[in-house]
Parts: sequence; structure tokens; C-alpha cells
Amino acid sequence: MVLATENIIEVKKLVSHYGERQILNNVDFSVKKGEIRVIMGGSGSGKSTLLNHMLALLKPTSGTIKIDELDLLKANRKDLTKLRQKMGVAFQGGALFSSMTVGENIKLPLKHHTELDDNTIDIMTRLKLELMNLAGFENLMPSELSGGMLKRAGLARAVIMDPKLLFFDEPSAGLDPVTAVELDELILKLRDSMNMTIVVVTHELESAFKIADKITVLFDGEVVMTGTVDEIKQSSDERIQNLINRRPRNDVVDAEQYIQRLTTGQN
Amino acid sequence: MLSRLSAMIEKMGKNAISTVESAGRLAVFLGKTISRLWLFRFPLQEVIKHLHFIGARTVPLILISGVFTGMVIALQFYDTLIRFGSVELLGAAVAMSLIRELGPVMAALMIIARVGSATCAEIGIMRNEQQFDALDCMAIDSYHYVVLPRLLAGLISVPLLTAMFDVFGIGGGYVVGVLIHGVSDGAYLVGMADTILWNDVWMGIVKSTLFGLLIMWVCMAKGFFLHIEQKFSGAEGVSNATTQAVVLSALLMLFVDYIVSSLML
Amino acid sequence: MSYSQTTHLHYKVLALTGEVDLHNSPQVRKQLLAILKKGSSVLVNFSELSYIDSSGIATLVEAFNYAKNNALTLTIIAATGAPLQVLELTNLNKVFPMVDLLDDIRE
Repeated sequence: MVLATENIIEVKKLVSHYGERQILNNVDFSVKKGEIRVIMGGSGSGKSTLLNHMLALLKPTSGTIKIDELDLLKANRKDLTKLRQKMGVAFQGGALFSSMTVGENIKLPLKHHTELDDNTIDIMTRLKLELMNLAGFENLMPSELSGGMLKRAGLARAVIMDPKLLFFDEPSAGLDPVTAVELDELILKLRDSMNMTIVVVTHELESAFKIADKITVLFDGEVVMTGTVDEIKQSSDERIQNLINRRPRNDVVDAEQYIQRLTTGQN
Repeated sequence: MLSRLSAMIEKMGKNAISTVESAGRLAVFLGKTISRLWLFRFPLQEVIKHLHFIGARTVPLILISGVFTGMVIALQFYDTLIRFGSVELLGAAVAMSLIRELGPVMAALMIIARVGSATCAEIGIMRNEQQFDALDCMAIDSYHYVVLPRLLAGLISVPLLTAMFDVFGIGGGYVVGVLIHGVSDGAYLVGMADTILWNDVWMGIVKSTLFGLLIMWVCMAKGFFLHIEQKFSGAEGVSNATTQAVVLSALLMLFVDYIVSSLML
Repeated sequence: MSYSQTTHLHYKVLALTGEVDLHNSPQVRKQLLAILKKGSSVLVNFSELSYIDSSGIATLVEAFNYAKNNALTLTIIAATGAPLQVLELTNLNKVFPMVDLLDDIRE
């Protein structure tokens, strides 16, 4: 039997709550090795929650999550640590530590998890800074960087150990168009040359259409559709069409109720 | 009427439950942090870094507050003692008050004001900016890397700062008593040496060590659990957490002060 | 990962087989620096190399720099596939002398 490329991420029937509120409902989500998957959805769709579950930052109410064949719910600390060294996460604001320089921030995983020589670590750090167009910034403190630079520094840290899996939380938010396009190109290059599997949570349509092999669309905690860019564009689902055509929601206006809300403030 | 009563009871119940949950979280927080001492290597580098901020950089504040506290106690005692003609007891009185009570408590309050608030805010901002999530994702243990070093630094610094406070206070008292009011310097210093017992010094050490632990523990926990305990996130959440941390650590400190005093006196 | 050392003309040839990553790149570093410290220029043979990560690349950079500062050379032979892509991604293909065949080196 010839195996198709294995799924490196497999989420099955994921149900998640925050206190009493249900956030995710029976989410099935799987990503093949080497794939670039974009997760899209409006605010409140649960996309960040899904991401946090894959990062083992949250525990689900029910369902299973398997990353690189490791069941996250059954994994012991040692296995989870080994897996985490193969995963990189680029957080929204960069999430750098303010008491260390940019260089020290990027080196941190190497210093903690490897026995590499300092020279090697320094050169690796500078290689990543060059890749992110941050050459020469290694001795600056995070407070001296702009928002876009912080994101790129955070990304440099995320890829410093050449992870197999890379997660992006809103990479293009707050970036100018030129940098955003460069970031898209970088994502494609990283996948091609380092064989990374990349999961991007975003609501930037242009980026999504450019980089995605497949797109998963979430609405109110459920997966509406997973498909290629073309399949998504041709979907007949109204919510998806609204999302990609950037149409505002077309709520039906009940004249009576509307006047009542305006004049009395009651629904 | 009945529904209002039941709503009130429900609210009381919710508050009680959340207070117990909070206390539980605090306890687990301390337990996890201490367990890192034997689960991982000793974080020497980081402890030294924090000793600098918590210890060394607080010395000027301790100096000023210590001197003024000593001066005012000396003034008050002088006024009382002179009515009984026992002014030669001034040194002993100033030193006893400082070493047993005022030194630990005042130094702790100064440290809460400076180090406690700054630490709570720092940890709270780290939580806000997903820095703890980043540490988790890099498989770096937050308790070992962030919390434990600060806790240990506080545990070491606060007793030392308290001792300095006592010395500065006694010095301030000397200035007021001997230099300004003409109490014999021999009486001041020797009287002190004769009256102070090891038990008094021990009390100061025990108190200040417990205070050091308490301050760092409570202030860090308030910042760490920002996302669970505070209603508002962002800057407002940090500011609320910091206020609560300062108040809670000060009150707990006074409570522990009473317990230790009653047990050791 | 395994490596072997041979000689070609006055160069030492270090042939890398398999994958160079965080765990074994220190060995490669030791070998390269040892060769260079003995005064030989080095040819690094990539023909059997399927993957090299940043730590491996950083090792090459350090060795290349050492060679340069000691009037020696470091040349990459037969880079293809993923290793070649990494060299292009990091722009190091414009820095390291790169040659397709060992036999192309005649002097």
C-alpha cells in the first residue's frame, strides 16, 4: 500500500469551552506535511482558540489532537518538550522579552535546548535576522523596535531551530503592504527550502489566496469548509462569499423593531 | 423581594467561591515554583540579575526611609523617656523597636511599594503580551525561568535590606538622640548592646524572610493570573492587578507580623 | 549523518552523507576547524547530503571565515536539492565558491 503524505496535524471532533461558553463545536481539521494551510474566519469564529489547542496551550472539552503522531492529551512532559522543539510559533505582537536584546531573544531556544557552540549560535541568529531584513538589529532592545520589526523578530525566534511546523497568528496585521508581501514570499520560501508545514491564522484575503494550499473557513466555532483557493472562491455558501467579497452582513431590517431600538434603547 | 434576596446570596456565594479559587491558585503557584528547585538546575544567573534590581537598587530608598524612621522614633522615645528620667535607655528603645518590629514592617512596606508593584506590573504585562505562551511553546518552563529567580532574589534581598534599614535607623536615632539632644553616646550604644537579645534579632530575621517570600509570591501571582482574575484585560487589568497586589501583600504582611510576634514573644 | 575525509590534490575533502542538523553539526564543526587549523584548504562534498539546517550552515560560515583569515579556502562541491535551496535562501551561494564536480578542481 502506498501511503499518501502523512497528516502532520490531525484534529478530530474538537469541542472547546471557555467556562460555560462553547467556542468550538466538533471541529475536524487535518494538515499534510509540507502544506501551507490558512485558517480564516470572522472575529469570534474560534480560529485563535483552534490555534491555541494545536499549540497545547488549551485543553479541549472533548476530541483528539495529534501533532506529528503525538496525541497531545496523552503526551508526557518529555515527549511534549521534544515536539515543541520542532514547532515554531510567531505570535501577533512578537511576544519578545523586554529585558533582553533582540539577539538574546532569538537565541533563547538554542541556549536552552542545544549544546551548540556560541559562535554557531551567534551566526545562526544573524542568518535569521538577515532573512527577516533585520540585519544589525541584534543589540537593540524590543522597546526600540517598531511593530512590524517586532513581528519579524518574533518570527526569527520562531524559526531559529528550523522547526518542521510553523504557526502564524495574524502575521500581516499591522504591516505595511510591501513588508506584508515580503512576508508572504518568505512563507513560501520557508516551506520550499526547509520543508516546513505552515499554519497561518489570518483575515488578510490577499495573503491567504497567495500562499494557501488549502483554506479552512470557520464560522461560530464550526468548520464551514476546507478547500483549495479555487474551491473556496467558487463556494455557494453565503457566509464564505460575504467573507471573500468583503460584503458587510446583510441583516434584514425590521422597521418597527428598529424604531423602537432607536427611540427607547430597548430591543 | 425573594428574588432580590436570592440574587444577593448567589452573589455572596460566587464571591466566596472565587476567593477560595484564588487562594487555591496562589497555593498551587507557590508549590509549582518551589518544586522547580529540585526538578531543574538552580537558576543562578537569573537570580543574580534580580538581586541587582530587587536588592541593590532598593538600597537608596531603604537608606532614606530607615534614617527618617530612626530619627522619628528617637524623637518620640526621647520625649517619653525624659519624663521618667530614663533617657539612657534611648539606644535600647530605638534598637528594639527597629529590630523586632519597625525594621521588618517598614522595610517591607517600602519594598512592596517599589519592588512589589513593579514586579506585578512586569509579570502582568508579560501575560498580556503572550510572553508566557511563547515560553510554553518554546518548552521553557515559566516557573523555573521567570518566577523562581525573582522569588529567590526576594527571599535573599528582603532580610538583608531589613538589616540595613535597622542600621540606618539606629544611625538616625543616634543623630537625633546623641548629636541633637545630647544623650551620652556611650549610653546609647552600650545600652543597646546590653538589652538586645538573640531572640530579638531572630525575630527580625524570621519576619523579614517571610515577608520577602510573601511579597514576591503574592505580587507575581497577581500578575501571572491576570487573564483569569481580572475583568479587564490590557493596561487597565495590569493596573487593577498591581493595586490589588500591593494592598493584599501589605495586609498579609501585617497579619504574618502579628502571628510571628505572638509566637516568638 | 556520517562523514569521511579524503584528499584531492593539496586539498582535504570532507564528504557529508545524510542530514546535518542541530545534533550532529558540532561534529562537522570540529572536523572542519581541525582540517583548517592544520593548514589545509578544504573541499566540502555535498553530493550525498540530503539536508542541512541553519546550524550546519552557521558552521560552514564560521569555517569559511576562519579559512579566509588564514589564507586558506573552503569550497562547496556538488550542492543540489534542499541544501542548494538553503544556500540560495541565505544568499550564501554568492559567498561560498561552489563547484559542481570534484574533478573540476585542477589546482
